[in-house]
Amino acid sequence: MKILVQADAFDLGTEVDAMRQGRTDIGAVASFVGLARDMNEGSGVAAMTLEHYPGMTEKALAKLIDEANARWALLDVTVIHRIGRLLPGDPIVLVAVAASHRGEAFAACEFIMDYLKTQAPFWKKEETPQGERWVEARASDDAAAARWTDS
Amino acid sequence: MTLRVLYFARLRERFGLAEESLAFAGATAADLVAALQARGGVWAEELAAGRAFRVAVNQDIVALDAALPDHAEVAIFPPVTGG
Repeated sequence: MKILVQADAFDLGTEVDAMRQGRTDIGAVASFVGLARDMNEGSGVAAMTLEHYPGMTEKALAKLIDEANARWALLDVTVIHRIGRLLPGDPIVLVAVAASHRGEAFAACEFIMDYLKTQAPFWKKEETPQGERWVEARASDDAAAARWTDS
Repeated sequence: MTLRVLYFARLRERFGLAEESLAFAGATAADLVAALQARGGVWAEELAAGRAFRVAVNQDIVALDAALPDHAEVAIFPPVTGG
């Protein structure tokens, strides 16, 4: 398991290679990369700044990976989330899950992202032509996380 | 009891405060929120009933009826928007 909260960019290929390094029991790696968009809520976004809660962030990410491990047989998980000022097109978050088979890898990857969106203490502030604004939480993100407990 | 209280993101900006040490006579997170609301102004506005905010105690998100241990690190922040 690897959890990183960092200002620097990351590379998906490098991270997946690191997971596979020296092992041949992995049959599937599913990954997700979230990117900064140039548009949100009808306004152009020139840049965004990500704030977090040092200490709790790492703890919250470890907890949701533990929950994923309890639900599925996973072989490895990497979560990297960036902080600081990011420009449109920049990668924000990476989740990669290794398992024996694709079913576990796909499901756990989506589960971790859905929980990260509602549980991990990060906040985005956008720079728009109308000035700076904090991004509001979306009900659709709560609904996405809730479906893992409803089913 | 003494609490270390942290504020993040929009609430940190609105309160003009990132962190404070607080002597507190209540028992629960709800008691703390009520004490902060009683400061009036932006505190009353942002922590009013129906406003969306989260409370974490020692770095775990809790419900408002959660008890606060002495010397707890309590954080109050808007719903998260990472990912």
